[in-house]
Amino acid sequence: MRRGRGWHASLIDGALWAFRASILVMVVWGTIATLRAGRYSGAQWLDFVEFGLAQGGIYALIALGYTMVYGVLNMINFAHGDVFMAGAYTAYYVAAPLGTSGFLARHLLSGLLLVLTVSVATSTAIAVALERVAYRPLRRAPRLVPLITAIGASFFLEYSFRSLYGAGVQSYPDIPVLSGSMSIAGITVLRTQALVLASALAMMLLLYWIVMRTRTGKAMRAVAEDRDAAALMGIDVDYIIVFTFALGGAMAGAAGILYALTYKQVHFFMGFVPGIKAFTAAVLGGIGNVPGAMLGGLFLGLVESVGPALFLDGLGVPAPYQLRDVIGFTMLLVMLIFRPQGILGERLARKRA
Amino acid sequence: MRASGPNALRTGLIFGAAAVYLCLVGMVETFSRRWMIADTLSLGHVVLLAVGVGAGYVATSGPGGRRQRLGPLAGLAAGAVVGAALGSLLLAGAVVDLRVMFINASPRLYHILAFGAPLPDGVGLLLVLGAMAGAAGWGLAAVSPRVRRGFLSGLAAVLVIGVFQDLLQLLLQGPPLVTTIRDVLFSVDGPSASGAAAACGLTWVVIAARSRYGMLRRTGPSLSPSGQRGLQFLRWGLVLALLLVLPIAGGPFVAQVMVLVGLYLLMGLGLNLEVGFAGLLDLGFVAFFAIGAYTVALLTSRGEHGIAHWSFWAAVPAAMAVSLVAGVLFGIPVLRVRGDYLAIATLGLGEIVRLLVLSDALRPWLGGSFGVLLIPKPHIDGWELSGPRELYYLTLVVSGLIAYVASRLQDSPLGRAWMAIREDEDVAEAIGISLVTTKLLAYGLGGAMGGAGGAIFAVLVGSVFPQSFSLLISINVLVLIILGGMGSLWGVVVGALVLVGLPELLREFGDYRFLVYGIVLVAMMLFRPEGLLPAAAQRRELHAADVTPAGDPAAAVAVSGAGPGEA
Repeated sequence: MRRGRGWHASLIDGALWAFRASILVMVVWGTIATLRAGRYSGAQWLDFVEFGLAQGGIYALIALGYTMVYGVLNMINFAHGDVFMAGAYTAYYVAAPLGTSGFLARHLLSGLLLVLTVSVATSTAIAVALERVAYRPLRRAPRLVPLITAIGASFFLEYSFRSLYGAGVQSYPDIPVLSGSMSIAGITVLRTQALVLASALAMMLLLYWIVMRTRTGKAMRAVAEDRDAAALMGIDVDYIIVFTFALGGAMAGAAGILYALTYKQVHFFMGFVPGIKAFTAAVLGGIGNVPGAMLGGLFLGLVESVGPALFLDGLGVPAPYQLRDVIGFTMLLVMLIFRPQGILGERLARKRA
Repeated sequence: MRASGPNALRTGLIFGAAAVYLCLVGMVETFSRRWMIADTLSLGHVVLLAVGVGAGYVATSGPGGRRQRLGPLAGLAAGAVVGAALGSLLLAGAVVDLRVMFINASPRLYHILAFGAPLPDGVGLLLVLGAMAGAAGWGLAAVSPRVRRGFLSGLAAVLVIGVFQDLLQLLLQGPPLVTTIRDVLFSVDGPSASGAAAACGLTWVVIAARSRYGMLRRTGPSLSPSGQRGLQFLRWGLVLALLLVLPIAGGPFVAQVMVLVGLYLLMGLGLNLEVGFAGLLDLGFVAFFAIGAYTVALLTSRGEHGIAHWSFWAAVPAAMAVSLVAGVLFGIPVLRVRGDYLAIATLGLGEIVRLLVLSDALRPWLGGSFGVLLIPKPHIDGWELSGPRELYYLTLVVSGLIAYVASRLQDSPLGRAWMAIREDEDVAEAIGISLVTTKLLAYGLGGAMGGAGGAIFAVLVGSVFPQSFSLLISINVLVLIILGGMGSLWGVVVGALVLVGLPELLREFGDYRFLVYGIVLVAMMLFRPEGLLPAAAQRRELHAADVTPAGDPAAAVAVSGAGPGEA
């Protein structure tokens, strides 16, 4: 941050301060108004929180891919949202026949594992191929070059799948065992949401263990710290980068299935908005920071789910749910402008400043 | 050195996968509806053949590949592998119904692949043809570069004639001489074989003659300054005459396409100011287009959302002024965000604008998803600019003016300041450039140009809907700048013509528009990051960059902080 450079700079400081203050005032004002009106019951708030956490778990899984790739390569893999889409969309072609034949209803666990495997395998393969074809030749290129490549790759993937599988929306099969709600410790939760949150948490723990406790994970962290020094220490940097992409792809593939279970439908453009949201989550937690991405995802999901009711409703906005994405994008903007190093992290602040 | 066997196999597999991909996305089938040579060879088959030839060429043209004694065999093998890949697609299609998953795996595709033959013969035919194409690829690699260039130019000419046959037949009407040319080139169903051969041969001869003449010119005396100036005038006059005549000769459809090209040209010039000159990658550029369109819509509409009933001519400056202010406001929050974070931040801003316009919250003023309707066409003295032709001339004038402004800005002190920021923000600030004013002017002026495009768009369509202003437009504009060359004005023109004009003229390509955009972005960044027509400064820098050692990490770190300019 540079300050005190004449009136221009102070004017901008003032404008930014006013921007921050107005958002804060709107949130606080709206919250107070909503709570005073008392339009929502406690059970409704609980529903919002549960939905937000389940959604946040999905964001977090995608965000892990962004954050790990940013950690080792310092690039935004813009196509990561489409890696997520590719897994879920491809797995549909396994899930649909399993659903109609009744296999999924009878053998829930093995059926879901099969679908999950297909999704994870597809996403991993695409993430690795992407690295090999599009990003590896550009490792030493100026910063915007890989970003533009990634945007191109994102469009290529989206419209490839549109041409391959069709432009329509495909419905995932309904799984009777997972519909309806159940009660855990006196709290009623939808079964799908409980499954989604539980698997997301399990997956995150697995990833955390890989990154923090295995030799490969250690090598990953070393590459993220200093690629050239890691290479000098005898770490195969190329292999580690491929491994990072594979790991991120696998998480995105798993997230794809959880998304499909929640929303019951897939289409070729489904990766775009969750991709941006997950990037927001990664920035929230401090990009390059693995636990940060997990917390950022959960937090973003929560704010997006509770936010429209909590502060937009109080401001008198009609149909506040239409502005759910606006909340997410505003959070992205606020983070990028005021705290690019994230809520938790300061590790990358040096590199960015 | 590698043995040629596995290399050929690998190349063949990669190209084979590409060929199967082209089949499954439906390109082959769509393209097969267009004859390159009437009743003989369709564009779909040409594409597949090109993949086979490409496999043979790549397998044999590597270092030392041409001199290998097994060259022809390697080409043959690579081509045969491509044929085998397509053959296995054919077999797989016969055993299981691929259509459940791949919507384009239709019986018609199999029919095209097998040349109408029954299954075993079809697979054999694919293998043989693939091997022949691969061998042809080896031949292409083995001949001298000059022969190769002449031959490929000839083939390109045939391709252009085939692809643009409708347009060419439309244009080649009138005097007997012109119709004779048409009758030589085209039969009833498409380009004739003799016409294609003639075009190929003629282009070859012209290319050969030109390279010889070019050699003479390099050694001989050059034109005098006044002669050069005369030539310049002549060239400009020809371009202008062509632009003026085009919609009259080509009809309203061509005029309509050219209006779209003009709109994207306006947006491209605006975004070029931000990305190309100042190095600020803006993915929310469509917001300015939307703001320009909505300003004109609200100021002139005769419908329920119209607020002023102004004339178009008063609304356009207003739209540009509003977009300029919007650009500055847009720029303030992201002023301190840099590089790739800036791209994502602007993307977020653009999406916020679109979602807000679409929402019910602003519906009483902006019409929500129903948009603003009943925008009147512009009038001059009671003459209504209603048809695409009239709007084409309007677009031509506006984009000419804006292009002139942009070219003057490029060489102005402000333009120099932008380029300094693009190269290195910190250094620019240290030498006394105010980052705040300079950046905000880039957003503001760029936004005003985008707003002018939006203003014309509003009267062209006669109504505005938030759905028209998606992120796809921002990406579209970005792709055309990158294809042409960031920071290059001619690059924007070429990019708009190629990426907006072509897909509109060729409905086959229209379906694959965004797919091709994605490929263009990746391929340009990998192989030619400076674009097709790079600006002079960029070209100089690239030559300077050749001098610095490429593998030096310190040099790489030094450039990685700055914008895309020195790519």
